[in-house]
Parts: sequence; C-alpha cells; structure tokens
Amino acid sequence: MNLEEIKSQIEANVPGCRLEIIPNGSPSGQHSLLVDVEHGFAVASFLRDGATPRFDFCSNVTGIDWPVKEVSNKTKVKKLVDGVEKEVDEVVKTQTGGYLEAVYHLYSVEQREGPVVLRMRTEDRAERNHVPSLTPLWRSAEFQEREAYDLFGILFDGHPDLRRLLMWEGFVDHPMRRDYVDPDDYEYEPTAHDEVLKRAQAHRPAQEGGL
Amino acid sequence: MDEQLKSELRRQGVVATSLQELYNWGRKSSVWPLNFGLACCAIEMIAATMARYDLARFGAEVFRPSPRQADLMIVAGTVTKKMAPQVVRLYNQMPEPKYVISMGACAISGGPFKQGYNVLKGIDRYIPVDVYIPGCPPRPEALIDAFMMLQRKIDAQYLTGPGRPRHLDAETPSEFVVPEFGAHDLVPTSNSEVWSVPLVNISNAGKNEPGRD
Repeated sequence: MNLEEIKSQIEANVPGCRLEIIPNGSPSGQHSLLVDVEHGFAVASFLRDGATPRFDFCSNVTGIDWPVKEVSNKTKVKKLVDGVEKEVDEVVKTQTGGYLEAVYHLYSVEQREGPVVLRMRTEDRAERNHVPSLTPLWRSAEFQEREAYDLFGILFDGHPDLRRLLMWEGFVDHPMRRDYVDPDDYEYEPTAHDEVLKRAQAHRPAQEGGL
Repeated sequence: MDEQLKSELRRQGVVATSLQELYNWGRKSSVWPLNFGLACCAIEMIAATMARYDLARFGAEVFRPSPRQADLMIVAGTVTKKMAPQVVRLYNQMPEPKYVISMGACAISGGPFKQGYNVLKGIDRYIPVDVYIPGCPPRPEALIDAFMMLQRKIDAQYLTGPGRPRHLDAETPSEFVVPEFGAHDLVPTSNSEVWSVPLVNISNAGKNEPGRD
C-alpha cells in the first residue's frame, strides 16, 4: 500500500479536496496525509467505504499544537556594494505554525493494511479551531476526540457528546498546549533544578534571609 | 501500675489492665479499612488482604464498602485533581476515630506525575495522614508494616490530657474542607490546617547537591 496511490484514489473520488503528503524523515518513513477541513469528512468517509483497501478501523486520534514560530533562513545573495558585486547574507524571516492539528491513524483490519495517518488543521489556535468530527464514521474516535478537545482545545464539529474528559467542566485551560502555564503548586522538590528550582526559590519564605 | 509488677502478676495468672489499655487494644485490633482503591497500589492492597499475606491476622479483614462503617482509609494510588474532592468527602463521612494510610509515591506527593497538570501533589494537602508508605507500588509487606505501625500508634494514645486523639477532643474538627473545581486548579489548593509548604534548604540545590532540611 502506497500513500501516493491512496492520495490519487481520493483525488479521483472526492472532487475539490486539497491533499498534501507530509513526509516523515525518520527511518519509519510514516508519511501522513494532510486533508483540508472542508473535505475532511468526505475524504474520511471515502476511506472507510470506497477506497481499496477499506479503512474500517480508527485506532488512534490525537492532537498537535503548533504555536506561531518564526523561522529565519539565511541565503547568500549577490548584491552591489560600493559598486562591487559581493555575496551578502540575507535573512528571510517566515512564520510557521499557528494552528492545531487533529491526527487520525486508520487501519484496514480486512486487508491487514495501515496505518494511514490523516491530519486536519484548524485555521488558528484561538477562535477558528474547528475540524469535522469523524466519530460518526468510527465510533472509536469518540473518547479520543473528547480527549483532544480537552487537552488541546480542538473543537470537533458533529461530535455527539463533546465534553471534557480528563479535566473537569469549568476548567478553562488546555493543558497539552505549548503555552499552557500550570498552576504553581509543586514548590517542594528534594532535588530541585532549573525551572523547578526557580519556583522553589520563589516560594522560600522571606524571613529566611534569601539565598 | 509499673510494668514489672504487671508482668509479674501476669505470670501468676492475674491480669491487671487499665481502661486505656483495653480501649486501645480493642480499637487497634479491629481496624476496618474503607474498600476503595485508586490505581495500581490498590492491586497490592488487594494482594495484602488475600490468603498469602493475609491482613486478617491483624484484624483488618473486613473491608467496608461504606465510609460510615470504616475506621481506616488506605489512599492506594494516584489521586487526580478530579478525584480529590470525592476522597476528602469520603473521609469526612467516616466516623471518628479514623485514620489514613497514604500508600505509594502518588498518594504521598504525586509521585511520577508530580509535575503533571491533573494530579494532586499528595493527599496530605487536604486530610491528615497517619502513616506514609513509600514505593511504587509498595509491596504487601510494606502495607502490613504500615498497618502494624498504625496499631502501635493507636496503642500509644492517651485518653486524657492535651495529647489525646482528635476524636476525644471536642475542640478539634473531624471534617475537612472539600476542595472545589476552579478555573485553573482546585480551590483551595491545600488546607492550611493540615498542610503547609515544607521548609527545605534549597540554597545548594543548583550546585548539584540535594536540598536538606
């Protein structure tokens, strides 16, 4: 089974969908398929019902947080400096990230194939953080989508019961986001170091005369 | 009565005792634990009650499924922040005299999950703990040892005087604040009546030396 084949199968059957293969450079070479949010549900339901092999089992749903990150690339550019042509370093800054991803691992139990890694990206991390829920297709996604909602704040449209799973109702943060600040409640550490040491020092009572 | 005379009399077939001794003996010999477990430590707790380790030898074979009939709460496992209010509420519902064994690294301090977002960093932040058992999880022998330690503790209690246990002192509370779910953490984050931030000398901690008391 080849991801390219699956991609062309989908493109032939789901009109208008935008797919992109995201390569995985590790030895496992487990490339994934990025699907646009509008056609996410259609692509998934084609993978379940129409594709060969049919992906009848969704084993894993998770989320990824991609905060906004500035990447600067240095390129050598030829420029005229004082009338002489010289190679000058030019720094090009580009912004990446700034979205959340929902990742699905699909298997075909029938044909012993898989996994196909399906990704969907939200528009941003704050307001437009919606992706379609695939729970109507694979019931196994229900709790895992709830978990991704709880920990990452991805809103799954069409989920039958989107409540928090690990944290309580009324909890406002999403703990697995990169910018989550956890409550300052582990002030005691027998072997404090780094960040924990700083916190422990901040908790030291003032009357002890500082450090 | 002095101990030597007492043992001399006992050898002659005369048993002399005090009300305090009898009372403590009665209590320590039938401590009924509350039947609940939170994580893998509970499996060790179950093993301790089964035939091989047989906690029944110490009078604790009756695990009560209701807090109203239990004397001892064995907090066996990870207390998540979501579970913490229920644990405190169960403790409040137990009648006095009541005792707590904090079993395993998680119940003591949060253990391997200490820096996690959803785990309470020690049940002693909300309820008074009598015996701590380290380990991840502790073996059944360790639980038995803790249980015997609790028995010695009960045996050493005075019925009168300023050091008397909580249930004989009408002034001290037997119910503790049940934390509520807040927007970012439990509210309050600890009960200052039973827990305060431990004072640890951490001035050398950055220099590769462990902090000391």
